[in-house]
Amino acid sequence: MFLEQFLNGLTLGSTYALIALGYTMVYGIIQLINFAHGEIYMFGAFAGLLLVTVAGVNLFVALIGAMLFCMLLGMLVERIAYRPLRGKSTRLSALISAIGVSIFLSTLMALLRGTNTTRYPDIIHRHTYTIGSIEISSLQIIILVVAALLMIGLELLIQRTRIGKAMRACSQDLEASALMGINVNRVISATFAIGSSLAAAGGVMVGIYYNAVWPYMGTMAGLKAFAAAVLGGIGSIPGAMIGGLTLGVMEIMGVAYLSSSYKDAIAFAILILVLIIRPQGIMGKKQVKKV
Amino acid sequence: MDAILTQYIDAYYLRIIILIGINIILALGLNIITGVTGQLSMGHAGFMSIGAYTAAILTMKFGLPFWMALLAGASLAAFFGFLIGIPTLRLEGDYLAMVTIGFAEIIRVFFLNFEPGGKAVGLYGMPQHTTFTIVWVLVIIVILLNAKLLESRTGRAFYAIRENEIAAQASGINTTRFKVLAFTVGSFLGGLGGGLYAHYMSYIAPQDFAFMKSIEILNMVVLGGMGSIPGTILGTIILTIAPEMLRIVADYRLLFYGALLVILMIFRPNGLLGDIRIYDIRKRWFNRGVN
Repeated sequence: MFLEQFLNGLTLGSTYALIALGYTMVYGIIQLINFAHGEIYMFGAFAGLLLVTVAGVNLFVALIGAMLFCMLLGMLVERIAYRPLRGKSTRLSALISAIGVSIFLSTLMALLRGTNTTRYPDIIHRHTYTIGSIEISSLQIIILVVAALLMIGLELLIQRTRIGKAMRACSQDLEASALMGINVNRVISATFAIGSSLAAAGGVMVGIYYNAVWPYMGTMAGLKAFAAAVLGGIGSIPGAMIGGLTLGVMEIMGVAYLSSSYKDAIAFAILILVLIIRPQGIMGKKQVKKV
Repeated sequence: MDAILTQYIDAYYLRIIILIGINIILALGLNIITGVTGQLSMGHAGFMSIGAYTAAILTMKFGLPFWMALLAGASLAAFFGFLIGIPTLRLEGDYLAMVTIGFAEIIRVFFLNFEPGGKAVGLYGMPQHTTFTIVWVLVIIVILLNAKLLESRTGRAFYAIRENEIAAQASGINTTRFKVLAFTVGSFLGGLGGGLYAHYMSYIAPQDFAFMKSIEILNMVVLGGMGSIPGTILGTIILTIAPEMLRIVADYRLLFYGALLVILMIFRPNGLLGDIRIYDIRKRWFNRGVN
């Protein structure tokens, strides 16, 4: 029972982690809480749904299609709503702009598809394996494996490629990176593209896992993923992964052993407790304030 | 007064004017925390709901006079503001923002499960004590006290913390005390606004105080110009009227609202009246030609 709940928690947590990565990457470079990120995730889920139902492709093609679509969407949002503000405004104005985008996108989807939930078709055969006393569905295995592969891919991209190096440099010091000849705008664009595609993957998988998508699914998922990013230490990529998994496991455990009516409160209560003990998050570095 | 007004002013317009008044009180409260002291709070609706539920339960179930219930609700909200102010000793920036979001969500989930508050259905049938006169008398009192506060030594300490916390500390300002104080005063006004809101609408439910409500109030503060009383008032008026004007576009209302936020931030990144204080206006009006 415990192990099974733990697995459920990991499954949920890995989707949180995928979304949290987008928050943390963008934050690491331009210190913006990208509130539209939850909506990108929602668009990803719908793009996947459309590909599956209209184009009739299989899960993996839908996943890749949704990721590509959100890549473009993320870059578009950055270009229209954030870039014009960069350098000439406070961080809070950028935040309000992000909130504007978030309201715009969720309303757009509500207008296009109605506010009701749409069922995801059963595109993969759900098979339940029993290992000892634990039951695990094929869907959970797929989610865990895909999430793990994406995270490994991201880690390789960040550590081994030229653009990854540029991203690391930008997150250390944006101005110095620009002086070293890094095209900062391109790096930021790439960050949005990568973060958004990870959120899209999360969206498609959550859609299939819970069998439902709706236009306002991004709000709560976005808040919780942001909580996961902060929990892990915002700006830190391994932190977002650990934060997401921790939050997912804790939430499922809380629902299983405490109370299901407080489901949404549990994640935030844990977050507040952790932050009071460790203000910089699990993996965050302690920043010394200097004049 | 109200009887006369209802003869001359259309009930619909009167309603908007009263809502503007309530929103001004809410926004001025948040302005003290976020605009003046620079502590990003994204959970103002949480304080509002505490004030609303407390006041509503006190008038309905205990038959307390309206003003006492209002005061009790506001005081309880202030107490929670004080509690939330304490983690600010250790947290800053977006970590703090996350704690305030988390706090407001926990409060919302609490009220969702709160038997005397009608759970998810909410409370209804509160006597409509909130009238035009009461709201606008309170608005004027709040504005005057706010202006007085911001011009005082305490107000200058608030501004100093926002501009540079280390410099403020070096100048002998007890930053801890003032940050907690800002939260306490700000949430008092949040609770007051909530109590007024409950007794105007005669109906409150947990979803009225969800994340979007906090964001709406934050938008009012940022749009008008952070830290400026006239700015906050202007921002509140615009953002209370805008959704009503946008009723012509019916379903597309929120679409325009979102786009409007982005456009305003692109063209006026520091808010419409960024940092114009009542003090400055008075100086400009009365000392013209002196210099």
